Amino acid sequence: MIILEDVEYSYDGIYTALRGVTLQVDRGESVAIMGTNGAGKTTLIKHFNGLLRPQAGNVFLEGKDTSQMSVAEMAKIVGLVFQNPDHQLFLESCKKEIAFGLKNLGFTQEEAEERCDQTLSRLGLEGFAERSPFALSGGERKRVALASVLATEPDVLALDEPTIGQDARQKESLARMLMEMNKKGRTVIVVTHDIEFVIEHFPRTIAMSDGQIVADGDTSSVLTHEEVLERCSLTLPQMTQAAKALRHRFDNVSDRLASLSDIESIATTLLEGA
Amino acid sequence: MALVKFDDFSYKYYGADSLALKKINLTIDNGEYVVITGPSGCGKTTLCRAINGLVPRFHRGYIAGHVYVDEKDTREHEVAHFAAIAGLVFQNPENQLVTLNVEKEIAFGPENLGVNPVEVRRRVEEIIDLLDLEHLRDKHPHEMSGGEQQRVAMAATLALNPQILVADEPTSNLDPKSAEKILEIISTLNKRGMTVVLVEHRLDLVAKEATRVVLMDRGRIVADGTPTEVLVADICQDIGVGIPKATEIYKRLNAKGLRLGSVPLTGEELALLIQEGTV
Ligand SMILES: Nc1ncnc2c1ncn2[C@@H]1O[C@H](COP(=O)(O)OP(=O)(O)OP(=O)(O)O)[C@@H](O)[C@H]1O
Ligand SMILES: Nc1ncnc2c1ncn2[C@@H]1O[C@H](COP(=O)(O)OP(=O)(O)OP(=O)(O)O)[C@@H](O)[C@H]1O
Ligand SMILES: [Mg+2]
Ligand SMILES: [Mg+2]
Repeated sequence: MIILEDVEYSYDGIYTALRGVTLQVDRGESVAIMGTNGAGKTTLIKHFNGLLRPQAGNVFLEGKDTSQMSVAEMAKIVGLVFQNPDHQLFLESCKKEIAFGLKNLGFTQEEAEERCDQTLSRLGLEGFAERSPFALSGGERKRVALASVLATEPDVLALDEPTIGQDARQKESLARMLMEMNKKGRTVIVVTHDIEFVIEHFPRTIAMSDGQIVADGDTSSVLTHEEVLERCSLTLPQMTQAAKALRHRFDNVSDRLASLSDIESIATTLLEGA
Repeated sequence: MALVKFDDFSYKYYGADSLALKKINLTIDNGEYVVITGPSGCGKTTLCRAINGLVPRFHRGYIAGHVYVDEKDTREHEVAHFAAIAGLVFQNPENQLVTLNVEKEIAFGPENLGVNPVEVRRRVEEIIDLLDLEHLRDKHPHEMSGGEQQRVAMAATLALNPQILVADEPTSNLDPKSAEKILEIISTLNKRGMTVVLVEHRLDLVAKEATRVVLMDRGRIVADGTPTEVLVADICQDIGVGIPKATEIYKRLNAKGLRLGSVPLTGEELALLIQEGTV
């Protein structure tokens, strides 16, 4: 469990990137954090593993006040993937990159290799083990960064923009991995601008703007709340836009967050009736 | 002659096992808005780098065939020569940003091209205003959020006033409103004559403004046509490329024998077509 109480943080003492953030994420939840560029999302999740320390307020991890915990202790519980893979990758092969974290956690060479191979293959990186992480495409680099954390299966996964540079198929396999880990009791927290990814996989959404949490709740209610969308620079997803436009004409169309199959069945009924 | 012409162009990065681009033939004319898409690792960034000469002049490797930009062979001219013609917005904005603050970053490109100082100032102010960067003016480019960096990278490239804007996933770090806004600006510049080559995975964002979609897979071009032609083709799903949800609905309805009047790319278009189909 992660608890933040009135957390404040400023990089330069002038502008405040987090202005009193309070939140609780329970063990086994999956949560998306969305919102305006510069709202403080990256700053916020760097507090989860102690990379940044609150200048005011408190952070609790598994019931413990983190001001008493080292980054090494916190990093055993929370695995963080950076928004920019350049800030994460530093070894000469993908395999070493992934084995590094596993060895730190006490896995044997054999176990580490098995997990490494498994994770690479699940993220569409078969045959990448010996390649340098510096000679890859952008999307591949991001997946190596993800692999290095996912391979360790930490209790809490905190992923900053995990879908950047990913095509639909890679996004799908990533989501499947995250949901499997979630089912096994891991907490999954993603920061993302990808609304479709959130709607399909995350029941809870936290929306931020200007260093504060503007809304925190059911994804379907947060992402259909006009004022929240406006303040947090979010837009309605395509299917919900379609539902809204159809609602002007047909009163049996609901205005909640619509999925592909919702619209497909509405359209089928309407067109077959015509 | 076309503004950009790939003539049987192949390329392999130094030390790589396989070709990143395989016998690419592609011509892009003045005024087009071309979206390049395809699975991660298929060669989109390499293609962008070949348009402004970074491949092969900066990224060394094996090369066969030619790329002509504004009728000049990229093998025979310095990268600097193409800077004024084809402005590249890097996939990873941090790698593009080299100066100490945002204002200097935007001025850097045109200053290096020898644009006169008065004009440089004018462009800097215009672009700060256009891209909403006033509050970031004095910030260090490496002390900003990912999305802020990406907006600055776009600003720095637009300041070159390039004939072709080559933008490599320019909205990947942007919040949805900001992505909409940047794409609107790009589309306006395209209507005023700027040629656009834009790499994007999320086709729902860009398909409606593009004049053409080029689909790549494993170093090759596998489809090339209008957005609706390409996105409705089964090859997209076959190679794992996501199509707009509205287009997906069109295809599903079609499979049930329910035909919409045309292929929708947005939610509104879809809603309109369904209404038309029920009258
Ligand atoms: N290293 C830094 N030094 C100074 N200011 C910073 C630094 N990193 C971020 N900031 C500022 O702190 C604020 C919050 O940044 P943060 O990276 O947390 O935003 P974000 O919500 O993750 O945005 P994005 O969606 O663009 O990634 C922004 O105004 C940003 O300019
Ligand atoms: N510097 C490099 N050295 C060796 N191989 C490279 C290098 N950069 C990219 N590659 C390889 O070349 C191929 C094409 O890479 P490219 O970056 O063009 O792909 P992309 O389509 O842009 O992918 P993404 O969507 O992930 O950004 C990939 O197989 C990649 O692994
Ligand atoms: Mg961020
Ligand atoms: Mg790329």
